Amino acid sequence: MKEKIEALRQSFEQELQKAASSDAVEKLRVAYLGKKGSVTELLKGLKDVSAQEKKELGQHVNQLKKQVEENLARQVEAIQAAEEQREIDSAEQYDVTLPTAGAKGSYHPITIVQRQLEEIFVSMGFTVEDYPEIVTDYECFEAVNVPKDHPARDMQDTYYLENGQLLKTQTSAAQNAILRKYGAPCRAIFPGRCFRNEATDASHENTFFQMEGVMVDKDISISNLIYFMKTMLSEVFERDVKVRLRPGFFPFVEPGFELDINCLICGGEGCSTCHHSGWVELCPCGMIHPNVLKMGGVDPEEYTGFAFGLGLTRLVMMKYGVKDIRDLNSGNLKALGQFVHE
Amino acid sequence: MLISMNWIGDFVDLSGLDLPALIQRFTLSTAEVEEIMEMGRGLRDVVAGKILSVENHPDSKKLHLLKVDGGDKIYDVVCGAPNVREGLVVPFVKEGGMAAGQEIACAKIAGYESHGMCCSEHELGISADHSGLMELPEDTPIGRDITEIYAIRDTVFEVDNKSLTNRPDLWGHYGIAREFAALTGRELRPLETVALEAFDGLDPIDIKIEDPDLCLRYTGLKVRNIKKKVSPVNMRIRLFYCGSRAINLLADLTNYLMLEMGQPMHAFDCAKVDRIEVKRFPEPFRFTTLDGVDRQVDENTLMICSGGKPVAVAGIMGGLDSEIEDDTDSLLLESANFDAPSVRRSSTRLGLRTDASMRYEKTLDPEMTVPAIGRFLKLLLDIDPEAQAVSRLTDVYVKHYPAVSLTFDKAYVDRYTGIEIGNDRILDTLRSLGFGAQCQGNSFTVEVPSWRATKDVTIKADIIEEITRIYGYDNFAVSTTVSPLYPQKKSPQNKADNFVKDILVQRYGLHEVHSYIWEDAKACRELGLAPVENVRLLNAQTPDHETLRRSMGPTLLGCVQANRAYGAEFGVFEIGRVCEGLDEEGLCRERKKLGLALFSRVRSEKELYFQLLGILKDLAQSVKRADLAFANGEALYDWQHPRNTAFFSCGGEELGWLCAVKPSVVRRIDKKAAVVCAQLDMDAFAALAPQDLSYREPSRFPGIDMDLSLLLPDGMRYADMEPAWAGAGPELAGVSLIDSFTQNGRRSLTLRFAFSSQEKTLSKEEVQPVVDGIVEMLAAAGAALRG
Repeated sequence: MKEKIEALRQSFEQELQKAASSDAVEKLRVAYLGKKGSVTELLKGLKDVSAQEKKELGQHVNQLKKQVEENLARQVEAIQAAEEQREIDSAEQYDVTLPTAGAKGSYHPITIVQRQLEEIFVSMGFTVEDYPEIVTDYECFEAVNVPKDHPARDMQDTYYLENGQLLKTQTSAAQNAILRKYGAPCRAIFPGRCFRNEATDASHENTFFQMEGVMVDKDISISNLIYFMKTMLSEVFERDVKVRLRPGFFPFVEPGFELDINCLICGGEGCSTCHHSGWVELCPCGMIHPNVLKMGGVDPEEYTGFAFGLGLTRLVMMKYGVKDIRDLNSGNLKALGQFVHE
Repeated sequence: MLISMNWIGDFVDLSGLDLPALIQRFTLSTAEVEEIMEMGRGLRDVVAGKILSVENHPDSKKLHLLKVDGGDKIYDVVCGAPNVREGLVVPFVKEGGMAAGQEIACAKIAGYESHGMCCSEHELGISADHSGLMELPEDTPIGRDITEIYAIRDTVFEVDNKSLTNRPDLWGHYGIAREFAALTGRELRPLETVALEAFDGLDPIDIKIEDPDLCLRYTGLKVRNIKKKVSPVNMRIRLFYCGSRAINLLADLTNYLMLEMGQPMHAFDCAKVDRIEVKRFPEPFRFTTLDGVDRQVDENTLMICSGGKPVAVAGIMGGLDSEIEDDTDSLLLESANFDAPSVRRSSTRLGLRTDASMRYEKTLDPEMTVPAIGRFLKLLLDIDPEAQAVSRLTDVYVKHYPAVSLTFDKAYVDRYTGIEIGNDRILDTLRSLGFGAQCQGNSFTVEVPSWRATKDVTIKADIIEEITRIYGYDNFAVSTTVSPLYPQKKSPQNKADNFVKDILVQRYGLHEVHSYIWEDAKACRELGLAPVENVRLLNAQTPDHETLRRSMGPTLLGCVQANRAYGAEFGVFEIGRVCEGLDEEGLCRERKKLGLALFSRVRSEKELYFQLLGILKDLAQSVKRADLAFANGEALYDWQHPRNTAFFSCGGEELGWLCAVKPSVVRRIDKKAAVVCAQLDMDAFAALAPQDLSYREPSRFPGIDMDLSLLLPDGMRYADMEPAWAGAGPELAGVSLIDSFTQNGRRSLTLRFAFSSQEKTLSKEEVQPVVDGIVEMLAAAGAALRG
């Protein structure tokens, strides 16, 4: 019996060498371990030997069975690995540089920058407000301290409607309503479309976006204003931007400033974008005029505040290098379709 | 406005300072400087030269051969100027020197070598006159550099006029000099004037102000025996550098005074104007201003008259008839102050904006009129000592501005600035600007000087500006606020806008566009859209842009048409405003709308229509978890498809419409394309309360699907079938449309009914009775099972 076991072991090893496919290995498994396989037969034959032999022979046969099983499994694994390797080797390598189909939708660039600004201001505790485009003389001028004879009220600057209303010339038109809505303290931004009656060219549009912001509280200072402007612009341009403030006159603020940023095109060296001054005018701002606070129902003796009117359209042009402002309202998808990201 | 630093130097000593840096500082503290120009830098080796001899050029009528004494030697020069003559002293550029930025080299002109050039004023850059050589006085030292003889070297800068709108005091050099004095801490010299009390014994001028509302003050003086006609060179250079044209001594002096003090003046020929009335005329009339233009003047325009005859438009421009001429030797000098809004309106009506009107519009200080006359006389007498005042100073002062006095304390300043500026610094700054400032403990009292008190500085916040701008915003320490933070919720409007945009862009690949609030009538005509009646603008740039849009449709159709070459299919949308006419109070009904348009050359109109329908449902589901109800309706606009215009609502709230476009309009957009359009009212949509999500536990047991193929009778809609399964019980988990087609004119739908139970695996046998019930009800409604 022992010899038989040994002979079987050797014949198995020889046959295993030859089994080069999964099918051949399966056949071998059936031949040795199947119901009528030679190892199975051997195990069956154990019942005919004496009890003492059975123990010893049993061990031998089981050892053989185990060996057969293990070697078969190893062989299967090796064959599968080889087959997979062949499959891999014969696979097509895809040309990742091929153009892919599918133009995706696009956001208007104003939306993109507006959202970015909203996110920054919301993170600093500002609410975001919406306001109509058609407003009254009171909202646009009277309530923000623009005197009756101010040139801004002239027909050549403002679009008047036949019913006496007008298209808002600046987002400050919302200041009064927002101060009345929230009272003090108050932090709010209100993006919106503004209108100026002027002929259009590459740098002038009669319809453009601004983003107004107000912050009112006890002890809001010029120092705070500079901080918020600088922080906001650094976030927008994702770098530390240099800003400077210089006096500017706007009836809704006192003192009023023009905020310039260091020209991002030339880095302040001077180029055609900045008219060789190194600075670009971006944002009129200032401390809210006491009259505006008063008309908004806020006591100027108790509260101070700052306001700014960021040129959203101008910011978009600077950020993306849009040279012709008219592209933005053109609806031209060759221009606008590029802004696929959010 | 152009500012000469030489001129500024008359009033404040800026020697030893870096002028360009100082001018930059002016931008940061006062008003925006647009440009700095270095004048006279294009000259080198230009000296006073004497023409010793003049010979005619043998071959040229125009050219002459000169010998010019340049001080160091005699130069041979070929010259083409008409006024060459022997003995003339002229500016002379030596060979190798430079004029007007051009180097003058030895050149052969018509066969003769020229070793220099005699110059006109134009070539020196000090006037526009290039009619001939500049003639220097005979006693000019020969060989002396021209820039040492005249103040040709200067630093001139241009201030943006807009940034001076609120500063009437800065419309003359003296006011600007005051700023430089404050910025540098140097002293501002007083203006030298003639004491006018000396003429108190003379007769007054007859001045009547008949419109006291529009004329605040009128001051006049008569002067005679003026012999000099031409202004000194240095004065003409300053005028030229500051953008004014030299005319004659008297006209130049009034301009000079205006540029110096900001006070417009007018010199009338005393022979034509010897008394003054300031008034309006009851009827419009024609008047020729001194620019030679005949103008219609209306009854609102304030005029200066003499003996009832109009002689000047007050504060704007004199009349041609009373103009100073070269032989004028006596004048009536006007130094007046007019109502700013009135001057501005008149100037707008006349379409005539002058240096004078520009200044009056800013609300000038009426206190200036008298010193201006004293200054004028001083300058005149310096030039022409024979001139003589022949009237007393006559001053009709109708309206004084109230003196402005402000009080505040240090804490007020601290609160506004957020930084520490010391009391002494506050006092110094205010005093250097001409404010009377006192401080007791920490409380300040400030008297506003008259030149700042007409409208500019009226409240204490204005004082903050004075303190901080001179302190310099660049010097501010920057700090965040100490105010408490509160959580901020986004408004439903903002949320809805953003959510809608995200879905349309990211889920459906649409493009966001912006357009205008008015309808583009030209684009509408091209598309064959009938004009819509709506509120109009009074002053549109073109009549094509004067009507506000009532809906987003035409805008988007125009956009689609303009983009038809962009791709085989695309979609655009805009969240914008429309005006739906007027409300009861006569105010515009402004609504925020989402407009959508889809274009395709590869899919059918029906496919597009259902895509858009699906998009609208998705928006309602995704943003509000709400279902929209659609119903066909009558087209609102002529361009909408009469059969396929539908309206949708949510919970009874009307939200908008969806439509195919009338075939003729589609064809104008593109011959082979389909176009569909929709509008959603964002105001109403944002106001919808979002439905709560009712979570359903997923069944642990497999469900069973039952399909029914149905033939529909004419006119039957899906919604008409829905009652058939409305009462099918909780095990009917959903119904979906599997197939839809039309055969032999009859519509056929295949519906899948999905059943599932929370308790067990359902068998076909268990659901069959329910399905039978549905079939029965459908049959009763007219929908039969397809064979």
